[in-house]
Amino acid sequence: MKAALLSRSFWRGAAGLLFLLALWEIFARSGLFTQALTPPLTSIAKVAWRITLDGSLPQNAAYTLARVLIGLSLACLVGIPIGMLMGRFRAAERFFLPLVSVLMPIPSLAWVPLFILWFGIGDVTTLLVVGYAATFPVIYNTWTGVRAVNPLWVRSALSMGAGQRELFRKVVLPGASPYVFTGVRLAFGRAWIAVIGGEMLANPAAGLGRAIFDAREFLDSEVMLASIIAIGVVGLAFERVVFQSIENRTIARWGMVSAAGAR
Amino acid sequence: MGAPFLLLAAAWEAVALAGIFPAKLFPSLETVFATLADLLLEGILWAHTEGTLLRLVLGFVLAAGVGVVLGVLMGRFQVIEDLFLPAVSFAYPIPGLAYAPLFVLWFGLGDLPAVLLVGAASCFVIIINAWKGVKAVRPLWLRAAEAMGASEGQMFWKVIMPAALPYILTGLRLGLAQAWRILVVVEMLTAVEHGLGWMIFGAQEFLNTDVMLSGILVIGLVGLLLEKQVFERIERYTVVRWGMLTA
Repeated sequence: MKAALLSRSFWRGAAGLLFLLALWEIFARSGLFTQALTPPLTSIAKVAWRITLDGSLPQNAAYTLARVLIGLSLACLVGIPIGMLMGRFRAAERFFLPLVSVLMPIPSLAWVPLFILWFGIGDVTTLLVVGYAATFPVIYNTWTGVRAVNPLWVRSALSMGAGQRELFRKVVLPGASPYVFTGVRLAFGRAWIAVIGGEMLANPAAGLGRAIFDAREFLDSEVMLASIIAIGVVGLAFERVVFQSIENRTIARWGMVSAAGAR
Repeated sequence: MGAPFLLLAAAWEAVALAGIFPAKLFPSLETVFATLADLLLEGILWAHTEGTLLRLVLGFVLAAGVGVVLGVLMGRFQVIEDLFLPAVSFAYPIPGLAYAPLFVLWFGLGDLPAVLLVGAASCFVIIINAWKGVKAVRPLWLRAAEAMGASEGQMFWKVIMPAALPYILTGLRLGLAQAWRILVVVEMLTAVEHGLGWMIFGAQEFLNTDVMLSGILVIGLVGLLLEKQVFERIERYTVVRWGMLTA
C-alpha cells in the first residue's frame, strides 16, 4: 500500500518535471530568445557530458567543495569555542554577544572587495569569506545549545563529583551537540552561497562559481547552466548524504535527538 | 555593552597607528569616520543606501508575491504540487548567486537583473514554507469547517490562511534575510547605478579603504535594523499567532 503510494507520487513528480523541461525546450527552440542565451536541453546535456569527461566540471566541483569544507572547519575552530565560552561564562557572553550581533548582519560577501585589497585575489580571500559566513551560525547555535543543556544534568553531575573538565566533556558537550550540529548544517548552507560569490569576485584558480563567471565572457550559457546544476547537485548530495549520516552516527547514537526534539 | 567595541576600536587604532600596514589599506578610525561624515553630508551615502533599500524591497515584494501564491496553491491543489514540487525542491538549494552571470546575459546590467536575482534567490524558501504551512493545517479543522457548511472561499480565508500564517511568516522572514545577504554582492556583479555594494566595489578600484569601511558600517547598521525592527517584529507576531493557535 505504502509502496504503491510512493511510486504514484514519484511518477506524478517525474511527470511534473518532464512537463517543465518540455516547456523550457519549446521556449528554447522557439527562437524568442537566441539559442546562445537559452540553449535547448540537448545541448546543455551534451556540454555537461563533455565537461564531465574532460574533467573540468569534477575538478571545479572538487575545488569548490574543498573551499567550503576548509571554510567550515575554520568556522568550527573559531565558532565552537567562542560559543561554548559564551554559553558557560557570563563574562564571555557579555564580551562576545555585542560583537557577534553587530558582525552577524553584515553579509559576508560585502567584505570581499576589502579582503581583496588586504589579502590579494585568490584562495585566502575566498576562504576567509566562506569562514566568515559560516562562523556566526556556529557561534549562535553553540551558545544556544550550551544554555539549553538541562540544568538538572549539570547539577546531578556536579553532585556526583564531576570536575569542570568531566562536566564539560560528558555533560555539556553531548548535551549541546544537537544544537551545534544544527549550527554546522546551517553554516554549510551559508558557506555554500558565500563560496560561489567569493569565487566570482576573488578569482581563485578554479571552482564552480569561477567557471560560471568565466563562461559569461564567452556567452557559453551551456557551461553556465551545467555548472549551476552541478552546484545544486553537489550541495544537495552533501547535505543529504554526509550530514545525515554524521547525524545518525553521532547525535542519534548518543540518544540526543529525541531529547532535543522534546524540549 | 560598549566595552567590547571600545576594546576592538583601541586594537584597530593601535594596529593602524603602528604602521604595520600601509595607511591607505588600513586607515585609522578618524579617517574612516571623517570619510563617513563627508559621505553623509554630501548625500552620497544616502543615495547608495536608498538604491540598496529600494532594490531590497522590490526584490522581496516580488519574491513574496510569487512565493506565497505559488506555495499556497501547491499546498491546496495536488496537481500544482505535483507539477512544481520537483522543480522547486531542486532549485531550492542552489544559491541564487550562481544565476547572477546568467541573469546579466539575459537581462543586461543594472537594476532589472539585480531585482530579479534577489527575488529569485529569496522566493524558494517562501514557497516551501507556504506550501508546508497549508499542508500542516489540521484535517480536523478542515472537516469541521466543511461539516459546518463553509464555502470554498470561507474555508480558504477563515481556516487555511490563519492556520498557515505562522509558516508563511517564517518563510517571509527567512526570505528577507536571504535577500539581504545576497543583495550586496548582486549589486557588485550587476553594476547598478547606486547601491552600497556597488559603492564598496567601486571604492576598491581607487584603494579607498575608508569608503569601503564606511559602506560596510552602513550595511551592518541596515542589517541590524532589519534584524531588530523587521525580523523580530515578524517573529513576535508569529509567536502571538502561535499563541492564538494553541489557545
